Amino acid sequence: MILVFCETKDGSVRKPSLEALSEARRLAGAAGVPLGALFVGAATAGAEEAAQFGADVILKVEAPSLAAYSSDGYAQAIADAVQAKGATVLLAAATSLGRDVLPRAAARLGAGYAADVTGLALVDGRLQVSRPVYAGKAFATTQFETPVQVATTRPNIFTVTASAKAVSVEALKAPEGGFLAVVKEILTKGGGHVDIAEANVIVAGGRGLKDGANFKLLEELAEALGGVVGASRAAVDAGWGLPHSMQVGQTGKVVSPTLYIACGISGAIQHVAGMSGSKIIVAINKDPEAPIFKLASYGIVGDLFEVVPELTKAAKALGIGK
Amino acid sequence: MKILVALKQVPDTETKIKVAADGKSMDWSDVKWIVSPYDEYALEEAIRLKESAGAEVVAVSVGGDKTRDVLRNALALGADSAVLIRGGETGDPLAIARVLAAFAKDQGFDLIFLGNKGFGGDNASVGPMLAELLGVAQANVVTRLEILDGRFRAEREGDADSEVLEGSLPAVITAQRGLNEPRYANLKGIMAAKKKTIEEVEAAPVVATVATVTLALPPARPEGRRLEGDPATQAAALLGLLRDEAKVL
Repeated sequence: MILVFCETKDGSVRKPSLEALSEARRLAGAAGVPLGALFVGAATAGAEEAAQFGADVILKVEAPSLAAYSSDGYAQAIADAVQAKGATVLLAAATSLGRDVLPRAAARLGAGYAADVTGLALVDGRLQVSRPVYAGKAFATTQFETPVQVATTRPNIFTVTASAKAVSVEALKAPEGGFLAVVKEILTKGGGHVDIAEANVIVAGGRGLKDGANFKLLEELAEALGGVVGASRAAVDAGWGLPHSMQVGQTGKVVSPTLYIACGISGAIQHVAGMSGSKIIVAINKDPEAPIFKLASYGIVGDLFEVVPELTKAAKALGIGK
Repeated sequence: MKILVALKQVPDTETKIKVAADGKSMDWSDVKWIVSPYDEYALEEAIRLKESAGAEVVAVSVGGDKTRDVLRNALALGADSAVLIRGGETGDPLAIARVLAAFAKDQGFDLIFLGNKGFGGDNASVGPMLAELLGVAQANVVTRLEILDGRFRAEREGDADSEVLEGSLPAVITAQRGLNEPRYANLKGIMAAKKKTIEEVEAAPVVATVATVTLALPPARPEGRRLEGDPATQAAALLGLLRDEAKVL
């Protein structure tokens, strides 16, 4: 079996989990093995949605002790599920939670692990993956040497594909409580609560914005294009009140949007590490020598304070973000 | 309190990556080696706990002769002792975690600090794996840490927000940027570090759990296009291209 650990949010399966599930469906179909979708929590509302995306069986591990996330509690639940179902491949989206719990589950299972993969295949029944290394400066193809293989999938790489099937639902035994570490509180910080790593369109600003208030220009453009706003480290560090969750780069987030518009961003290696996976990159910068232009499919050498509002105006006129 | 800080020696992040002739490993010639950037926050947090709570700090790294530089620097920054675990860089996080677990087990560490991710493999997994192998609590990508009596309280980064978690000691904590401001070694520290002995142990034998089949540079991007004209013209041209040529809108 291929087992995908899925997360829900507000009663629906999170998009990165659906992406992982969809890719697992392709693998499972080609290999002729069953696909399980695993949910862990107090009451896993929304789990049934996995049936729309190709799961053969939905597995639920439910207990009050699992209401709040615990890395060791959830790792135990996930490892137990892998063993109970004899799964040989365990996947999850490389979200903050996925990256926190899956390596722990892998160690518990004595299983090889690869994080943030951008390509997956089954070779002779065993998982083989492609993934960025050295902050995306190279790509490695990795094979596994253990009976169980574990990987997390980078968000916004795999396509969500609906494939409804008849599904069975199974409840699995939950681990006893008394976990070693438990989440007590969620703190929402800064502006939007959108995870930029899940966005398809990102309008990002750097030092060239000169002031936090000027990010409003980028918000307007982002809204007109149906996207979100990101920032370079320089902007986040400048004391403009921008939250770290907006930061794209080596010490921020890695994003893979379809469209990345870099405004007033020079394109330092550390920033590029976070956005080089973008499908189409647009650069708007006063400096014609800015390194970002080497990466951009389309470049505008100009004053972003003039260009960005023009783009917003034109985008609205064309009704693009609708 | 006894604290272990596990450090990783990595190529400088500005390094131009070259693939070796075997097509599956790095060409290490002309590489400048540094301590992995996130590890600096890990070490700094340990030193601060030493200063505030009188902890003993042990620095450890898995590597070879050149890895001594990282350990020497850790001593200069305030670590009480340093140990080199002789072993190769395998790019296999579970293998490394097992080596560290074999070293740390039964040594009575209350806290184990690592950077949340080691530049290179970028798996961000040695920390959580080590916690599981030792049967202790973990907190990863931590931006704020409080040590209480036998417990810790940590703030960690989520996807769009932060979470506060609490757990028992011993614990493995992996550091994120923003946890603290790492200090620079001063002359006194550097001189004192020169007199200290870096212990050496052999790594426990490891079995590979993953292996790199190929390593390649990403495909080169085709040359981009510069848009001409006044801002309004450029804007209109760009949107047209994005919609009709790139087909992303």
